[in-house]
Amino acid sequence: MPRLMKHIFPLNRHLIQRLGFAGLTVMAFLTVLPIVAVVIYIIVQGAPAISLEFLSDFPRGGMREGGILPAIIGTIYLTIGTAVFSVPLGIAAAIYLSEYAADTPLTRTIRIAIINLAGIPSVVYGLFGLGLFVLFLRFGTSILAASLTLSIMTLPVIISTAEEALRSVPQAFRTVSISLGATRWQTIRRIVLKEALPGIITGVILGLERAAGETAPILFTGAAFFLPRLPHSPFDATMALPYHLFVISTQVPEMPIKIQYGTALVLLVFVLAMNVTATFIRSRARAKRQW
Amino acid sequence: MNKILIESLSLQYSDGTESLRNVSMEIPANAITVLFGPAGGGKSTLLRCLNRLNDLADVQVVEGKVLIDGENILAPQTDVIALRRKVGMVFARPVVLPMSIRANLTYGLELAGEKRRSKLDEAVERSLRLAALWDEVKDRLDDPAIALSGGQQQRLCLARSLALQPEIILLDEPTSGLDPISTGKVEAALQELKKDYTIVLVPHSVQQAARTADYAAFFLQGELIEYGEGSVIFTAPKEKRTEDYITGRFG
Repeated sequence: MPRLMKHIFPLNRHLIQRLGFAGLTVMAFLTVLPIVAVVIYIIVQGAPAISLEFLSDFPRGGMREGGILPAIIGTIYLTIGTAVFSVPLGIAAAIYLSEYAADTPLTRTIRIAIINLAGIPSVVYGLFGLGLFVLFLRFGTSILAASLTLSIMTLPVIISTAEEALRSVPQAFRTVSISLGATRWQTIRRIVLKEALPGIITGVILGLERAAGETAPILFTGAAFFLPRLPHSPFDATMALPYHLFVISTQVPEMPIKIQYGTALVLLVFVLAMNVTATFIRSRARAKRQW
Repeated sequence: MNKILIESLSLQYSDGTESLRNVSMEIPANAITVLFGPAGGGKSTLLRCLNRLNDLADVQVVEGKVLIDGENILAPQTDVIALRRKVGMVFARPVVLPMSIRANLTYGLELAGEKRRSKLDEAVERSLRLAALWDEVKDRLDDPAIALSGGQQQRLCLARSLALQPEIILLDEPTSGLDPISTGKVEAALQELKKDYTIVLVPHSVQQAARTADYAAFFLQGELIEYGEGSVIFTAPKEKRTEDYITGRFG
C-alpha cells in the first residue's frame, strides 16, 4: 500500500515532514480554541454585569438584582479553610513519602490510595463529607465541614505535586548535607524544602484552585442558597461562587442572564488569577534554579 | 601513630553480593593514604564506611570493626553526627549547596550550634586559605557558590569539610572532573593539609595514586591485595596483580 501511494503521490520525504508538522501545529491550536472561546464568551456576556455594586453588595430582589459579595467572601473563606487543613497535612505526607518512607507494600498502598483518591467524583466527596463532618461529627452545614470536605478532595493533588517537587531535588544535596553532620530533618528543612518550595507552592495553588471552583463537595456540607449576612464563625454556612452560579442558573426563574455570566466571570477570574500566580512562581523559580 | 584501624571488615549489599571481604589495615595520622584499584573494588564503599555514610545506602556490615582513635565507629551507639563532623568528606562531583559561598562554609558549623559571627567568619577565612581558594573568592563570599568554576567548586567543597575542623578527610576521586591545573591545586593543598590531618584518598588514576601516596592500598574485587608505603608499592610491588595493574596490563 505505501508503495502504491508513492506512485500516486510522488511526494518527497521533506514535503511529507512539512505536512506532518503543519498538521500537528493545527491540532495544537485546536486544543486551545475551546478554552479561548469559553473565556471570551464569558467575558463578553459577563462584563456588562461587573460594577462596584455587583462586587460589594448583597443579592437583592430574589437574587435578580444587587451583587454577589457574600458568595465572593464565602469562596475566599472556603479556600482559606481548605488551605488550613490540606496544606500542612499534604506537605507532611509528601515529606514522609519522599524522604522517609522505604519502598514497602505499605507505602505502595498509600501511594495507590492517593492516586485513586484523585479519581473519586467530587459529588462522592460531598456525600462523604455530609456523613462524616456534618452529621457524625455534628459540625452542621458549615464552613468547617465544607472546608474539611474540600481538603480531602484537594489532598491528592497537593501530596503528589509536593512529592514530585521534593524528589526533583538532587540526591547529592542530601548526601553532602548528611556528610557535614546534619540530621535528616535538618537536611530536609534547610536544603530540600527550600529548594522544593516553588514546586510545592505551585501544587498547593493548583489544588486550592480546584477546591475554589467545585460545587458538589460543598453542596451538602456548607453552601447556603441565600444568606442575608456574612458568616460569623466556621460553624456558619456560607454562600459560595460556584454554588451561587448553580443556584441562579437553575433554581431561580427569570434570572437576568448578565448576572449569571457576571458571576461566572468573577469565579473564572478568581481561579485564573490563582493559576497565573502558580505559573508565575514556577517559571520564576525555574529561571532562578541553579542546578 | 595509627588514626584508623580496620579489623577484618566484610561488607555486603542488601541483595547479598559481597562488597568488601575481610579487609584489615591501619591508616596512619598525618599522611595521605591512597586506596586504589579498578572500579568495583570496594574503595568508595570502604571510604563511606569511615564516616558511616553507608547508612544511607543499602550496604550492611557483615563483620569486622573500624576503630577511630580506639573507638569502634560501627557500633550502634556511635554518635554518627559527631563522627561526621570529625571525619569530613569530599565527593567526586563537586556538589556545592544552593546557597552563597559563605553559607556553604558555615552550613556545618551552624548546624553544630555555632552562632557567633566572629567564629564563623574566622572559619570561613581559615578553611578557604587551607583549600587555597581564599585569594580567588575573598571579595565575593556572598555570591552564589554555583557561579564558581568546577575546580573552584571542588576546592570549596574541600574547604567546607575543613571548616568543621575535622581530624580525618576522606576524598572520593576529588579531581575526576577537573582540569590538570585545578587538579594540581587540590593535590598541593592536600600535601599541606596532611601535616595536621589524616587523609584517605581514592584517586582517579594510578598516576595520581603514585603522585600523592604516602601509603597505598591496592583493592581488587573487594579484597585488599597489597598495602604498604607508596614508594614501595609503586616501584617494587610484591604482588603480581598489583604490578600488572600499575603497569597497565589490566584495569
